[in-house]
Amino acid sequence: MKKTRLNAVHKQAGARMVEFAGFEMPVEYKGIIDEHLAVRTRAGLFDVSHMGEIIVEGPEALACVQYLTPNDVARLAPGQVQYTALTTPEGTFVDDMLVYCLSVPDKYLLVVNAANTDKDFAWVKEKAAPFQVFVVNRSDEHSQLALQGPLAQEILQPLTDLDLGQMKSFTFAFGEVAGIHCLVSRTGYTGEDGFEIYTLAENPEIIWKAIMAEGGPKGLLPVGLGARDTLRLEAKLMLYGNDISDKTTVLEADLKWIVKFQKGDFLGKAVLEKQLQEGLKKKLVGFEVVDKGIARPHYPVFAGGRQVSEVCSGTFAPYLKKAIGLVYLPIEFTEIGTEFEIGIRDRKLKARVVPTPFYKREKK
Amino acid sequence: MYPDNLYYTKDHEWLRLEGEEAVVGITDFAQKQLGDIIYVDLPQPGKVLEAHQAIGSVESVKSVSDVYSPISGEVVAVNSDLAQTPDLINKDPHGQGWIVRLKIKDKAELNQLMKASDYEKYLEGLEH
Repeated sequence: MKKTRLNAVHKQAGARMVEFAGFEMPVEYKGIIDEHLAVRTRAGLFDVSHMGEIIVEGPEALACVQYLTPNDVARLAPGQVQYTALTTPEGTFVDDMLVYCLSVPDKYLLVVNAANTDKDFAWVKEKAAPFQVFVVNRSDEHSQLALQGPLAQEILQPLTDLDLGQMKSFTFAFGEVAGIHCLVSRTGYTGEDGFEIYTLAENPEIIWKAIMAEGGPKGLLPVGLGARDTLRLEAKLMLYGNDISDKTTVLEADLKWIVKFQKGDFLGKAVLEKQLQEGLKKKLVGFEVVDKGIARPHYPVFAGGRQVSEVCSGTFAPYLKKAIGLVYLPIEFTEIGTEFEIGIRDRKLKARVVPTPFYKREKK
Repeated sequence: MYPDNLYYTKDHEWLRLEGEEAVVGITDFAQKQLGDIIYVDLPQPGKVLEAHQAIGSVESVKSVSDVYSPISGEVVAVNSDLAQTPDLINKDPHGQGWIVRLKIKDKAELNQLMKASDYEKYLEGLEH
């Protein structure tokens, strides 16, 4: 099992460790609810060094990434970040990811899911073959920390030479954090304001400890993968393998906003265009459980008197204090307010399609 | 750490003998594995249970776990405080976090259960 460079720090902090995507990772420290609420109301610090970092570099890097993804990479200037996907020719997901524009048109960083890093690297390398680019997997060299929550800027600013007040959402810059060279982006996977901090340094625990020391008195908590999952679901951020996969198209996942048909050709474009014209047969929707109980992944879902699918993501949402989840439903059941049922062992719970995201932070 | 006056099961329930009745809950180990508990599915009083039969379930943020009866008997009371404050199980698993009270059918079944020292050894075995 792989370990991140912060492994010892987590064990020292009393984290409960689990295997995730081949890494030994902290699932919780104090408890999922406390950690979740800390991120919503103050701040939380995550070790997400298991994430994959793939670099596409060369004179045709822009053309290559354009071809691999549905979003329009040409809109990115250096220092900008974009949420997008790696798509199959069928318009389904190899993965979802962030693209960081390092240099136009010749250098892009793809940040991908840990569980998919090897698959994605092989995919990108193969599909990039006709382009003049090098594709390099730099995942093992990178550590990544995420500082998320309304106090994130206040906690990070004293530790960095970057002017965080000038850093807009979905942009990044290079600078020092706790004296260590880092890439800092205003991005995250929680629905809160915050930063993701990437470094190639061998000693990211210096950054971790500096942030904890600065933020501890302000209520900052270390946060494990357990609360990372409940936070991202409240914000309706996708989890590959649960909500999106190589069986679901980008449009079915209700991510039409990342598909830019005008930009030129890309993998899956023809299928997605056809799907758009013909209309979707199923779509990913958010639901709340109306009856008492919690829907979990793979619980059967019934509508119109038959089983139509199963729950993708489902959990108790600690901030909203409700049982929520995501499910693909036949299109005729996807309108807001539609009721359907979820099988939970010997019972059927009533659930209702609701608007998403379940949680949206108030912008300052 | 595990009270000497309780009996324990391999499924991480405990049982406290009170005359002809038994108070049942889940152990500190079980609540730690589950994490923050948010919902407890309790049986109706009057329900007759065999040993190892599911009493109900305990749900945490991340998972759900059945609770099995350590002994045969009839449910005479449930801990109704758990409806409003299910985290009593996290805070005081061997005390205020009790789940049901049973009228014991056959005390001889207690011999099937572990004492605290055996349960602690059993847990050590699980951690390796």
